[in-house]
Amino acid sequence: MPGQPRALDAVTFSILLGRLEQIADEMDATLYRSAFNPIIAEARDACHGLYHAETGATLVQGTRGLPIFVGAMAFAVKAVIDKVAVSGGLLAGDTYIFNDPYAGGTHLNDFRLVRPLMRDGKVFAWLASVGHWLDIGGNVAGGYNPQATESFQEGVLIPPVRLFRDGVLQQDIVDILNANSRVPRSNWGDLNGQLNALDLGQRRFHELIDEYGDDSVTAALAAASARAEALMREAIRALPDGCYSFEDYLDNDGIVDEKLTIALDMTIAGDSLRLDFSRSSPPCRGPVNIARSTAVAACYVALKHVFTEVPANAGCLVPITFDIPGTTFLGVGPPRPVAGYTETILRMIGVVFGALAKADPARATAAPFGTINALSIAGHRKNGQRWVMFSFFGGGLGGNPKSDGLNHANNPISTATIPPAEVMEASYPVMFTQWALRPDSGGAGEHRGGLGAIYEIEILDDGGADVSLLGERGRFAPFGVAGGDPAALNRFQWQTADGWLEPEMASKKTGIRLTRGQRLRLETPGGGGWGDAAKRDPEKSARDVRNGYVTDVAAKSKTRGAKA
Amino acid sequence: MSARTKSGPLVGVDVGGTFTDLAFFDAATRTFRTAKVPSNRGDEALGFIEGLRAVGDIAQLGAIIHGTTVGTNALLERKGARIGIITTAGFRDVLEMRRRDRPHTWGLWDDFTPVVSRDLRLEVTERTLADGTIRTAVATAEVEAAAKQLLADGAEALAIVFINAYANPANERAAYDAVRTVWPNDHIAYSTQLLPEFREFERTSTVTLNAYLQPVVASYLGKLDTALTKEGFQGSFHIVQSNGGIMSTASARSFPVRTALSGPAAGVIAATAVARAAGFDNIITADLGGTSFDVSLVADGKASLAAQTTIDFGLVIRTPMIEITTIGAGGGSIARVDAGGLVCVGPESAGSRPGPVAYGLGNTRPTLTDANIVLGRINAEQPIGGKLTRLEVEASRAAILAHVGSPLGLTAEAAAEAIVRVANARMAGAIRLVSIERGYDPARFTAVPFGGGGALHVGALIRDVGLKSALVPRYPGITSALGCIIADVRNDRVATLNVMLDGLDEADLARRLLETGREVRGVVAASGLAVEAIDVLFALDMQYQGQTHTVGVPLPVRYDEQEMAVTEAQVRAAFEHAYAQAFSRLLPGIPARIVNLRATALGRRPPFDMAALAPLPDTTRAEAARSARNVWFDGSWHRATIWDRLALPVGARIEGPAVLEQPDATTVIDPGLAATVDRYGNLIVERSR
Repeated sequence: MPGQPRALDAVTFSILLGRLEQIADEMDATLYRSAFNPIIAEARDACHGLYHAETGATLVQGTRGLPIFVGAMAFAVKAVIDKVAVSGGLLAGDTYIFNDPYAGGTHLNDFRLVRPLMRDGKVFAWLASVGHWLDIGGNVAGGYNPQATESFQEGVLIPPVRLFRDGVLQQDIVDILNANSRVPRSNWGDLNGQLNALDLGQRRFHELIDEYGDDSVTAALAAASARAEALMREAIRALPDGCYSFEDYLDNDGIVDEKLTIALDMTIAGDSLRLDFSRSSPPCRGPVNIARSTAVAACYVALKHVFTEVPANAGCLVPITFDIPGTTFLGVGPPRPVAGYTETILRMIGVVFGALAKADPARATAAPFGTINALSIAGHRKNGQRWVMFSFFGGGLGGNPKSDGLNHANNPISTATIPPAEVMEASYPVMFTQWALRPDSGGAGEHRGGLGAIYEIEILDDGGADVSLLGERGRFAPFGVAGGDPAALNRFQWQTADGWLEPEMASKKTGIRLTRGQRLRLETPGGGGWGDAAKRDPEKSARDVRNGYVTDVAAKSKTRGAKA
Repeated sequence: MSARTKSGPLVGVDVGGTFTDLAFFDAATRTFRTAKVPSNRGDEALGFIEGLRAVGDIAQLGAIIHGTTVGTNALLERKGARIGIITTAGFRDVLEMRRRDRPHTWGLWDDFTPVVSRDLRLEVTERTLADGTIRTAVATAEVEAAAKQLLADGAEALAIVFINAYANPANERAAYDAVRTVWPNDHIAYSTQLLPEFREFERTSTVTLNAYLQPVVASYLGKLDTALTKEGFQGSFHIVQSNGGIMSTASARSFPVRTALSGPAAGVIAATAVARAAGFDNIITADLGGTSFDVSLVADGKASLAAQTTIDFGLVIRTPMIEITTIGAGGGSIARVDAGGLVCVGPESAGSRPGPVAYGLGNTRPTLTDANIVLGRINAEQPIGGKLTRLEVEASRAAILAHVGSPLGLTAEAAAEAIVRVANARMAGAIRLVSIERGYDPARFTAVPFGGGGALHVGALIRDVGLKSALVPRYPGITSALGCIIADVRNDRVATLNVMLDGLDEADLARRLLETGREVRGVVAASGLAVEAIDVLFALDMQYQGQTHTVGVPLPVRYDEQEMAVTEAQVRAAFEHAYAQAFSRLLPGIPARIVNLRATALGRRPPFDMAALAPLPDTTRAEAARSARNVWFDGSWHRATIWDRLALPVGARIEGPAVLEQPDATTVIDPGLAATVDRYGNLIVERSR
């Protein structure tokens, strides 16, 4: 264009970025609408994007993709690139499938499909889709086995293999997948949804590149990455130099009843950041280990929640170095069990918030509730068919400089919505006797932590049900910042003929047997408080009591505490 | 108001934030008139009556049909009534717990305040199971006590929501009957009356927001009624619903939540009718207002309906509404360069007050309108709407230079062009979202811009998205008012069935069809507005067992008020057809389920003769010509011809670059495009080569 090449470049760049992101959004939407299992369809536990041809680095992500995958997918694509290198080449119609958590991050339920976007016989970039499948075998329906000591007890592990060879579906692989799940039909539906998304993305990206030219798109992608890096460096530079340390703990690993430490030493030097987790606990026996790729992805999520203006691509990780040695439970390899990875990364995210709060209290966010509470209730219908009700539950977010924490939110690693009680009751023989906010569960503060929830469920099935829970925060409460108080602990109970019981391992338990009419009760933590509770606006405190967010007794004791 | 049907002229009234627009039509004399008067925020009745007086004798009017934003504004500004909720023991927090979402994907700040505070949400003993079994009958004494307590606490309206009431509304109805004995007004609703569909949060939110709006909308309509009576009005008075259909004011008082998108929906209805008459069945409406850009896709002459709309974080309304996609890019959207060097337009907006820099009302940051002014696309000497006498071009130029030009090393014109291009790209993105993303090829669609600003950007819509053409209605600024007098009368009903398709109880489904069909037809028949026929349509929400999302399946059955029949095979064929259209592959072997039944009655209004809008026969092209001026396109100034749009005769063809001006809108024809005046006075804009 004549006259103003620089400006029009900036404009074309703005437009191209928007178009690329829209395609990834559209891939997300395609899978949500056609998926079978509610963890994808309702809870949106999925992600799509475009990845670098040689490094696998994230180039473009959908805006609605599950945050934790945004960080982890680059590793998954790299795993396929490495596999292609040793297995003798790639054809245009190949599509890889795998769920290896050590190579691609997260846990066995997350199935990744990776497909090359070929231009002129060469890989221009990679397209990938990841979604959480309902069940892939293992000792516990749904995969969250709190007592696994090897990944073999968590489900079947598929390394990167070709689901399509040169455009032809390898039915053998589908047969293997189907034979290893309690719910093959659901997985098959989800797999088809993911393929729909890849087909659509492939078509759209080709159209876009045809329209703008390969070189323009390549240049725009490189510029996007450079821009993310520049914005991240600017954000880091704004923080005072120094080393800030923060620690938090997991209750236990479900096998050995000892706390696990996540220790972070965060060094800010100019425009670079070092995150050193090497003082953390060693690998553990139970399923709360994570692979290094998962740990990096968790840090990415934490930083993105703080520096919201930095775009979601690999460029923002360039200024950051990670020390996550294999001597810690944050950098393990096979066959260490990893099904409970969510608990560990949630704690890591909190630890990053904690260290940043020390560096810059003005941007401090108190700890979110910090556990997904993966609850599985399963039984058999009268016709012998198995039913599995599997869901994650909400809690409160942390108080922050702008507002009280949000009541009953999803976790920072996710944008998942919870299925309605009516949908669960219509699908499974259960009845919710309570679905409520949990009073006094948010940490006190000038800005109070958000409230957690109480879910109480009665079994209606004549045959009873088997229950297991993988949760956390039963012993170490979500912390407050800038003088705020911690939130309430997670609490899980179930009814027996002799009264209510609680797990020995705080929030992890499998093999609970409930009969018809018996109930279980989950009370989730709120978020930590921000700032000194004594400085809270008295009108807000009065409203808290009037609305029962804070019971009168608790409010009084807080006041006493503040005076003391 | 009673359901009387009176003959006489019709008036459509669209009350917006800045202006009240009116469209008057007398079928007997084929007279069509329009008017635009300032809205009176806070006392809308004033502008309303003034506007009516401007178009004709109020006492002689047959009917008034109103598109309103009173409900929308009360929701967005949280200015609804103080209300109470009575609900099932254990579930008082459903409204506040939402679906466990959060306001932003990235960033954990910001909380949520529900429209009903927790102390006004009371629980009573009752329980219905998912299969409809009443496990615990409702304790009506508790219900009465709760209602009294809420009254004592100042509640003006009440919502009753019980868990699983969709499967059996007996407890809700019993509670409603009990409450009516103690509640002093009609502002009571139970959830299944509005939405007998599962998902407790969505149902609770819908019925709660309905109660929240009831006193506000009732008082507004009451004021209008009083004012109209004083003026001697004896006709019927109606409201446009968010689904584009008309309802009586009595229905609007009971179900005000159905008015949330009243005005914009009327606009889509009018655009559809205007385009259809002109021979265009596939259109994308594009309404560029002060703060937002609203688009809606109409395929084969039918506006698409969304089952659910989120007004704001946590404010969900589940009732069929015309699917209108909104992005924060309007004339008042503020342009800036972000820290990474990217040009951004919106979502921050200067609105209509203080408005663009050129208005001289205190805003100093450049807006999209300022960019259009600097580029000569908007006539600074004749601002639309007639409120200001002239626009301050130099102020616009300085602001653009300071905020966009200097940071990027650009001249004011180049910076203004960059702003327009980025805004165009965002609008194009919104259009792609509603077309390409849903599998529609934009090359088959015609843009129909309306509102004050849409027609400024038709060139980009055609070029950037690859749309076939654009149709600029003769009166783009009063499109919603026109929609009011064109729209059909409509009533909808949904019921959750939740049954498997295999072994379908055909007789039972037929009975449900008959029942809901009679219900919706009855409401339309009683509306008091002349209709030529009433059509009753049925659709099912269906899915493969195991899915949670559904596809809408139109049911090919005819409504018969005596007896209805439907077969399993019919339903299966319809489902497979609808599923294959939505996704690439069917999933044979997996059983299908019917989730909901939807019934709609449409009272077909007498056709509106678009020729009433046509240019007068004695107009000539020469008389419409105005002096030329410089307008900036693609990096340089062009000499553009200027025209008085309304004075152009049928068949006139104007080659770009050109600007067509009229009191309520400006149409820009880019170089390489040409506009032709069709027989109804619309402008058809196409590539000229």
